Amino acid sequence: MRFQLTDDQRALRDGVRDLLAGRFDRDALRTAVDTPGHLDRALWRALGDAGFFALCLPEADGGVGLGLPEAVLVFEEAGRVLLPGPLVATHLAAGTVPGAATGESVVTAPAGELLPWRDASDVVQGDATGAVPLSSVDPLTPLHKLPGPHAPRSPEAVLLTAAEQLGSATRTCELAVRYAGEREQFGQPIGAFQAVKHLCAQMLVRAELARAAVYAAAVTADPVEIATAELLADEAAVRNARDCVQVHGGMGFTWEADVHLHLKRAWVRAAAGRTTRETEEELAAAL
Amino acid sequence: MDLTYTDEEEEFRARLREWLASVLPGLPPKPSPDDWPGRRAYDLGWQRRLYDAGYAGLHWPADAGGRGATPTQHLIFLEETEKAGAPYVGANFVGLLHAGPTIAAEGTPEQRARWLPPVLRGDEVWCQGFSEPDAGSDLAALRTRATRDGDHYVVSGSKIWTSHAEVADWCELLVRTDPSAPKHRGISWLAMPMDAPGITVRPLRTLAGSAEFAEMFLDDVRVPVANRVGEENDGWRVTMVTLSFERGTAFVGEVVACRRVLGELAAQARKNGRWDDAVLRRRLGRLNAEFRALWRLTQWNVSEAEQAGGVPGTGGSVFKLRYSHARQELFDAAAEVLGVAGALDTDHEWTLDRLSSLSYTIAAGTSQIQHNIVAERILGLPKDRPKDLQKGGR
Ligand SMILES: Cc1cc2nc3c(=O)[nH]c(=O)nc-3n(C[C@H](O)[C@H](O)[C@H](O)COP(=O)(O)OP(=O)(O)OC[C@H]3O[C@@H](n4cnc5c(N)ncnc54)[C@H](O)[C@@H]3O)c2cc1C
Repeated sequence: MRFQLTDDQRALRDGVRDLLAGRFDRDALRTAVDTPGHLDRALWRALGDAGFFALCLPEADGGVGLGLPEAVLVFEEAGRVLLPGPLVATHLAAGTVPGAATGESVVTAPAGELLPWRDASDVVQGDATGAVPLSSVDPLTPLHKLPGPHAPRSPEAVLLTAAEQLGSATRTCELAVRYAGEREQFGQPIGAFQAVKHLCAQMLVRAELARAAVYAAAVTADPVEIATAELLADEAAVRNARDCVQVHGGMGFTWEADVHLHLKRAWVRAAAGRTTRETEEELAAAL
Repeated sequence: MDLTYTDEEEEFRARLREWLASVLPGLPPKPSPDDWPGRRAYDLGWQRRLYDAGYAGLHWPADAGGRGATPTQHLIFLEETEKAGAPYVGANFVGLLHAGPTIAAEGTPEQRARWLPPVLRGDEVWCQGFSEPDAGSDLAALRTRATRDGDHYVVSGSKIWTSHAEVADWCELLVRTDPSAPKHRGISWLAMPMDAPGITVRPLRTLAGSAEFAEMFLDDVRVPVANRVGEENDGWRVTMVTLSFERGTAFVGEVVACRRVLGELAAQARKNGRWDDAVLRRRLGRLNAEFRALWRLTQWNVSEAEQAGGVPGTGGSVFKLRYSHARQELFDAAAEVLGVAGALDTDHEWTLDRLSSLSYTIAAGTSQIQHNIVAERILGLPKDRPKDLQKGGR
């Protein structure tokens, strides 16, 4: 048993992190926030060129031929930087929808009662009749509401979304720790105060437990493990973002600080799959 | 990332399972919790069987008499023994899980030869004399004095919360050998024979009703200088080694046990109708996620240790924090399943487990101290004021 990243996986993760740092830095993020509903097609194609969407497509079909663990690592990186767009749906459409694998097409799909990015997408996979636009809480994710009943999301979609949540939870922990080390009050960094320190420690613990769950689900592809990953990653992303706001004090309540974007996206992702209630019921039924 | 075990590991598991199946039915009945001599004999007897079968000190280095097994094999051992319902490490906890490994890492060849084989063979029991009435979380504030008299130290002071003190042969004892040095510098780590004159052990009753731990009064106890592990006044460094072992793998088997209990809770709730309560049912579902993830985190930490050459990493504090709270939630849920009267009945094992779960966020470093450790040593946040507060934390 070697439940650790292999050298190749580490290299893949670092490569994606570098790519995203170059193609989607903080300026790009704020530009995206200022142009709601607009999807950067050049970025989308760049992701396609880098193999983001074709990652799990067999090499024979022109893909990269990697597996779920690798996809999870890549989506974790996307979650860290709040990369916008229907990433999961396009990734899963690679091989079935022409142009999805290369990033030429943008593909979206219903996620629970939500349909993200309908207007900016080329293809909607699934039934979108009766979709009504919502004024989305997340400036980086335009949403439509669908009338019920809703088809369940595929296990892969649930897991990749959990991986994005994990990336976001890790990132907000880092943001909080950095701020706590820099911001001074009462003559010392606020991170020296236990009340702040303990918030940060809890954020790390949540993120690490979610990481173990998400990676294990990627390796096993087992439905109960995926439910575990979903529950813990949703909780880590949402709670960490809230705590990160708290650590940032008044600054955390501003539009300028990125943390609200993490919180809002975490809410959208958490709502995209089953409700917490349904996930807990599935986990109970498995006992 | 790989969660499959190698052929060698699976073979190890299969052999272990076979051995457990052959030996467990023949074990004597478990003694009652208050029967200390009985418990000692029972725990040592189990250790002896492990020794005879070649399973003693699996995770100890080979040159310390251990089997030099990989962390993964140790994980399999803890998993399988728990699954099979084998006896818990019990009174051998300190000797096997932290005093022994500390002596293996820091002791002289003579010290290893004297103390390690009896732990492995199940001949001697150790206890941990670290905490004092005024030195718990701030462990380095300890005051028990040791003064040199020829080739002996003369030790006076008192210790508290000493688990298994009543049945121990040896105590890993922290003493102050230089009262004028800064708090962390004047400490030494001694192996104290528990039959030395001047030691008084007074049992303390826990809130669960049993006498798991004790107060220890030390009145001019003579301990040979040769029993000091590490240099004089360098005991704080040795202590850190001990504490890293203490938090390392100590709870692995318990996670397996918690998952079993959770299954039993669900079965019981389905039988007695409590399963119809959606709030309770979902609570159990959430606990299922919690303990599955804790198990995965254990596998992650063990794999990491394996890559690092067997050294437990910082994951121990992260794990301990979440696990100790999850355990308390598990037995709170058990009370819900048992219903009003059942939850108040100490004849039920789960009620006793619920009571004892309260100690998990205190013993081996409180949750508050673990949060400090995670924040300062893993996340690199600034230290507390006053200056010596953090260094003293266990
Ligand atoms: C079941 C059990 C078995 C034990 N067995 C042993 C044993 O065998 N040998 C041994 O040596 N010890 C043993 N202990 C002792 C244990 O290690 C201590 O109880 C523990 O370290 C806490 O110390 P304390 O009890 O003095 O609490 P205190 O240190 O007085 O703490 C009281 C409260 O204050 C908080 N606190 C203290 N300092 C800080 C701080 N800096 N920041 C924030 N909060 C703080 C604590 O978190 C706690 O909530 C055992 C304890 C238990 C419960």
